[in-house]
Amino acid sequence: MNEKKKWYDYLWAVSLTYLILGFFNILFAWLGLLCFFIPLLIAIVKGNKAYCNKYCGRGQLFSLIGGRFGLSRKKDMPKWMKSNYFRYGFLAFFFIMFFLMLWNTWLVFSGAKNLGAVVTLLWTFRLPWHWTYHGTLFSDGVAQFAFGFYSVMLTSTVLGFFTMILFKPRSWCVYCPMGTMTQLICKAKAPKEG
Amino acid sequence: MAKRKAAVSVRECVACGCCMKVCPRNAITVPNGLHATINRELCVGCGKCVKECPASIISLEVADS
Ligand code: SF4
Ligand code: SF4
Repeated sequence: MNEKKKWYDYLWAVSLTYLILGFFNILFAWLGLLCFFIPLLIAIVKGNKAYCNKYCGRGQLFSLIGGRFGLSRKKDMPKWMKSNYFRYGFLAFFFIMFFLMLWNTWLVFSGAKNLGAVVTLLWTFRLPWHWTYHGTLFSDGVAQFAFGFYSVMLTSTVLGFFTMILFKPRSWCVYCPMGTMTQLICKAKAPKEG
Repeated sequence: MAKRKAAVSVRECVACGCCMKVCPRNAITVPNGLHATINRELCVGCGKCVKECPASIISLEVADS
């Protein structure tokens, strides 16, 4: 805060660009895998949450919009939302939906199903999104994964946006599945506290 | 006036590091990704971290020393 801004303080722009690209060409959604693998790798290899603490562009975006621009009530979150039941429950739910998405991708890969060029918001609302797909050299499964993955990213951004408005700017960080997962990995790795 | 210092409810901390980013004294770290730790020597009790923490689990406590 009292230091100069570092390069990683601008990663919010990368997160924003990612979301925008998904409106033009869905295949960019694949880049979002970086937001999965980098935090996990840092947690596994270095045993810390440097990703959340420093690099997470989505967190920065929320603190910019909710904090700097004031689009947040800045109220406390309800107790249940901060509880481990909810955090671990949400992580489990997220995992299940992720595997269903992978399964769906596989079905398209194997030809058992046709490509569904839709983005599913909040696991419920199927939004037409076909203008972002112009075919690939590869299987339609590649695109199916992109639509599915972008759905995950957009859904979590929308949820985070709502809790940003209702509670603190970075409320999402409390129940973010990646954050919960990396903290669990760190807990498993850390030397026992005295 | 008694000095006040920030104190984290360690058990509830999600180790997001939002507090760390706003501390003007760089008094906060998140060692091993477990929970935030406040260096009481550096903390001046400004309360910025208290406001920022999304889980609202930091409080200002009167330092006993
Ligand atoms: S009260 Fe102020 S100085 Fe103390 S840890 Fe919080 S932000 Fe830093
Ligand atoms: S902002 Fe709150 S929850 Fe996040 S690391 Fe600091 S004390 Fe923990």
